[in-house]
Amino acid sequence: MEDNKKWTLVIKPGSKWFNINLHELLRYKGLIYLFIKRDFVTFYKQTILGPLWYIIQPLANTVILTIIFGKIAEIPTDDIPPFLFYMAGTVVWGYFSTCLIGTSNTFVENSQIFGKVYFPRLTVPISVVMTGLFQFGIQVSLFLLFYLYYWVEGSIFNTNISILFFPLVVLQMAALGLGFGILISSLVTKYRDLTFAMTFVVQIWMYLSPIVYPLTEVPESYRLLYSLNPMVSVVESFRGMFLGQSSLELSHVIVGAFVTIVVVFFGVVLFSKTESNFMDTV
Amino acid sequence: MSTVIKIEGLYKEYKLGVISHGTLYRDLQSWWARVNKKKDPNSIIGEDPDVNFKNNLIAIKDLNLEVEEGEVLGVIGHNGAGKSTLLKMLSRITTPTSGKISIKGKMASLLEVGTGFHPELTGRENIYLNGAINGMSRTEVSKKLDKIVKFSGVGQFLDTPVKRYSSGMYVRLGFSVATHLDPDILIVDEVLAVGDAEFQKKAIGKMKNLSTEKNRTVIFVSHNMKSIQDLCTRCILIENGAIIYQGNSKDVVDYYYKNIVSHQVKDLSDGDYSKRNGNGKVRFTSIDILNEQGEKENSFTFGSVIVFRIKYTTIKNVDNLIFSIFFSRHSAQDPILIVKNYITKECIELGENGTVEVRISTESLNEMDYQMGYLLSEDGIKKQCDFLEDATSKIRITKDDLYQNGKDWGLANKGMMRVKSSIRAL
Repeated sequence: MEDNKKWTLVIKPGSKWFNINLHELLRYKGLIYLFIKRDFVTFYKQTILGPLWYIIQPLANTVILTIIFGKIAEIPTDDIPPFLFYMAGTVVWGYFSTCLIGTSNTFVENSQIFGKVYFPRLTVPISVVMTGLFQFGIQVSLFLLFYLYYWVEGSIFNTNISILFFPLVVLQMAALGLGFGILISSLVTKYRDLTFAMTFVVQIWMYLSPIVYPLTEVPESYRLLYSLNPMVSVVESFRGMFLGQSSLELSHVIVGAFVTIVVVFFGVVLFSKTESNFMDTV
Repeated sequence: MSTVIKIEGLYKEYKLGVISHGTLYRDLQSWWARVNKKKDPNSIIGEDPDVNFKNNLIAIKDLNLEVEEGEVLGVIGHNGAGKSTLLKMLSRITTPTSGKISIKGKMASLLEVGTGFHPELTGRENIYLNGAINGMSRTEVSKKLDKIVKFSGVGQFLDTPVKRYSSGMYVRLGFSVATHLDPDILIVDEVLAVGDAEFQKKAIGKMKNLSTEKNRTVIFVSHNMKSIQDLCTRCILIENGAIIYQGNSKDVVDYYYKNIVSHQVKDLSDGDYSKRNGNGKVRFTSIDILNEQGEKENSFTFGSVIVFRIKYTTIKNVDNLIFSIFFSRHSAQDPILIVKNYITKECIELGENGTVEVRISTESLNEMDYQMGYLLSEDGIKKQCDFLEDATSKIRITKDDLYQNGKDWGLANKGMMRVKSSIRAL
């Protein structure tokens, strides 16, 4: 194999476990940018309300949750105004589920284009996650608007210095959505059943996360086990940072981060194994 | 000259059949075998005698090939021979089951025109998107934008969403982007079948330019033997996943017609026709295409005579029998020319088993490859007895002085034409 160096590319049967070519991915950053632009531009091209949907969605969800869980079921909200409490949950969950659902269809939805031209497949789910950031940004601004309103009205929030970690929380959320999404998308190429299961999974997952109830409602002895769901630390730390009310402990954050890393790792491994041959099965 | 593509011992195996609960079981079985470093019980590569053959298909079988810099390599072979599989592996859409492909230089593949075009985006936005998908940076595209637009000829619609484009404009824009990628190696599948004759000519010229002026390598797959001969310096013929003949394109195309195509029409029993329809009252038993000397032939020069010798057998009596020959570009569903011959009492006594010979002058045909179809019918086209559509054997009409007088015969007009033909019983 002495002449291996003179080739720019050697195509062999896919055998390596972890063959994500980060260098190549960087070379295609222009493509990621264009995908984001495409998704953003085409999102509201056929709608009347356009980008307003980014605001209507979480507002409607928050109102529903406030009525059902706050007013009817009367679940306590850690002394946070219920509307803000549920809005925090909705905004965070909205971004996560967008990433998860958006990336879980990567292969099947793009099989037409993947079947005709090669480019790093990971550009597609990455662009989905980054497009979601715009939506998330708008919704967080909306949240801050209400935060301001409640503050003017006289509510007291213990917003603290931990807010500096906010970008890390967003990163964890994005990574988790991406990792889990590409894991599913790889399996979907063979077992289409998972597409149907996804709706339930997202729904059940939401109720297993502290979206409609605070962490304090979970018995203390179960909290560490509960924090195996990485969304627990994400949602609770978001609330903790902005509203200063959370019973989250460092151990929960560490467990959540660890699970996130594991999910991303397996997602990437499976994704890179799938991308080399999925055209034969999809 | 140096080698830019080197393919060694390439195999591609497909698992056939439906994905079901069995798939999960077999996947686990294969995985367990891999973990234990045993042979995969679900693979047939390695030629283990007691494996399950019916679920696998080898699309490419021990293929070796070297392509030199600046070469235009044609790839021919009929549908299912493995051409597209080879292209897919070259363009990294799927990986080989075993073997190795080494590539030197930047490669772009054009398996489809306008891949990734989004209908809502404008022509300009789609140029950037398509360029990026094919690995071009934004600045590269910007530099070439004028050339791309000029070549595609969609200038005034550049800021219109491509969903408003005609299919021709769409194709032109897609092809234009692809050829301006400026790759060292360009892989082109049967994409030129779309677009009008003028654009096809332009596209072929562009590809020729790439190789002669810029010393780029082109791999070109086509069913159009004329463009293969026009464009390619070397040609390979693929049959059942292996290269069975290679050399200069004229030799390979001739070999293809003589050895692969011509003997395929003889035996009608095993489905050389993609479709066979009709009520079955009368059936073809054989069809031979001959020249005036009575030798089997598939390629005719303009002005010569084609002899169709058909044998048929009558299963139920019919009053009239009409033997029609369909000449078409792609499919007998869309014929350019139909030659009808009545096998009636006035003309020929209808026998139980008959042989009929029809002679057609090629003067009414154009210089091209014709897809053939044959029909036996009672009373016109409607009551079909036996209709053989889309025979694998094509008829090629060549015109010797085509390039001397510089005139192209253009495309055939559809419609009725008076064709010199005669029929006689043997």
